[in-house]
Amino acid sequence: MNRASPRLLSIGCGAVYLFMYLPLLVLVVYSFTPTEYGVAWEGFTLKWYVAVFNNKYIQDALKVSLMIAIPTVVISTAIGTMTAFALYRYKFVGRALYQGALYVPLVMPDLVIGISLLLFYTSISLDLGILTILLAHISFSIPLTTLVIIARMQRIDRTLEDAAMDLGADEWTTMWKVTLPQLMPGILAAALLTFPWSFNDFVITFFVSGVGSSTLPLRVYSMIRLGVSPMVNALGTMIIVAPLIIVIIGVYFDRRSVS
Amino acid sequence: MFRLRRSILRFFRSHPAFTIGATLSPSAFWLLAFTMIPMGIVVYYSFMTRGPWGTIVFEFSLDSYRQVFDPLFLKIMARSFKLAALTVVICLASGYLIAYWIAFYGGRRKNLLLFLVILPFWTSYLVRIYAWMTLLSDHGLINTFLTNWGLIDQPLPLLHNQYSVLVGLVYTYLPFMILPLYASLDRLDRSVLEAASDLGATARERFFKVTVPLTKGGILSGSVLVFAPSMGEFLVPELLGGAKAMMVGKFIALKFIGLRHWPLGSAYSLLLLAVILVLIYLYMRAGGGKDAYQERQ
Repeated sequence: MNRASPRLLSIGCGAVYLFMYLPLLVLVVYSFTPTEYGVAWEGFTLKWYVAVFNNKYIQDALKVSLMIAIPTVVISTAIGTMTAFALYRYKFVGRALYQGALYVPLVMPDLVIGISLLLFYTSISLDLGILTILLAHISFSIPLTTLVIIARMQRIDRTLEDAAMDLGADEWTTMWKVTLPQLMPGILAAALLTFPWSFNDFVITFFVSGVGSSTLPLRVYSMIRLGVSPMVNALGTMIIVAPLIIVIIGVYFDRRSVS
Repeated sequence: MFRLRRSILRFFRSHPAFTIGATLSPSAFWLLAFTMIPMGIVVYYSFMTRGPWGTIVFEFSLDSYRQVFDPLFLKIMARSFKLAALTVVICLASGYLIAYWIAFYGGRRKNLLLFLVILPFWTSYLVRIYAWMTLLSDHGLINTFLTNWGLIDQPLPLLHNQYSVLVGLVYTYLPFMILPLYASLDRLDRSVLEAASDLGATARERFFKVTVPLTKGGILSGSVLVFAPSMGEFLVPELLGGAKAMMVGKFIALKFIGLRHWPLGSAYSLLLLAVILVLIYLYMRAGGGKDAYQERQ
């Protein structure tokens, strides 16, 4: 390859990175501008953020979102750990098939998942609300947590467990004192990655939510539908930034688990 | 207490099938109750018909499947396929560029550059699509700039057409393409490339005859990961598309929510799923996920 091409490549890559981040940057800048459609810099304001904080609907939606995201994280991480453990430790008939079936929701369009759950809830006469959203979120988070924890499991040292058993610890003690501590960073990473996964979900939630169970993304959506207001920019900025902090902490733990 | 524990453990030890069953039961329950059974219900509904006012007539019928040949639906299906294919092509071209650059020239910043690719994936997908509305709308950044500079009198209709939908799809699913491509390129054996150069291959020949075939697995995985969700996308055509850029995902959602025509919506959903599954099957047959040198091993 000649010498000019790395530079050409770098410029091309710069353009792609710009494409990925420019819209978000514009959103953040817009959230601090006083006028609705200000392109010229007309000063700095926090009034849209104040408006977001004082908006009762947004507060309610945030509560609903957290009431769903937190139990989703706890339950799907616990189930993911158990599933990863069984799939990785035991050889049994239909193991590959089970693993394949488990990952099916990852390739299904969200729309189809949402619609199938809507029909299911209607068929069993379960009223749409926080519970139906929670059950759906746990369902699409289990493949993710299982995937992350299995990946971590492949890296832990099996000989330590054998050593513990040889030294007279039973399975219970080995599990709690040897296996889980080694697996902990992976479990934590799975939990911290599931949080934004659940918190940000829009399409599936859109189909399985009922009256009075608007999550934050659903609230943002109805605000967008009503007309683009700068308040959406401020709220959008907060929605983008807050889970990012959690993900960065998650990646930090994930990295530590490797070393 | 200790004795009880010992006898429980002994029971688990002597009944491995029970242990596996107990450990897998929660995920099996969720898989069955919230994926398999709901899909079964979709299949069931697709054989029913719609009564007046959105009610369901519970009588076996193939009506919905006859309407699959509705020219409007076929047209929307073809358009979705075209847009998803274009998304794959654009993502592949720009994704290969990024992945190649990170893998070969990333140096110490490799992890950071990769992290920046993954990062948007964990932020709100709704807000990211909305961000494009603030750029492309009539009062958006681009139109305001162009008007202020006197280049245009009327705002350009940037939003609500097939191009804005395409931009939204590429923007949303680009990371899905970059990651598998990077994984393939990163484990590419550099000595093979040197050998190609030593044997007199030009840069172009080396790229198309060595690098690309050896990263076939990444190209295939990335293409499937981008195509499948693009084809069934609902939110991008909903926010960035208009009536002229209707995609099958939005069309199905309208059948369900707007018209409450559940049997027809179910049949259409199954057809969409079938297209995606056929694609994944073809991908597996083409040796998906494996790079050329792994196949030989």
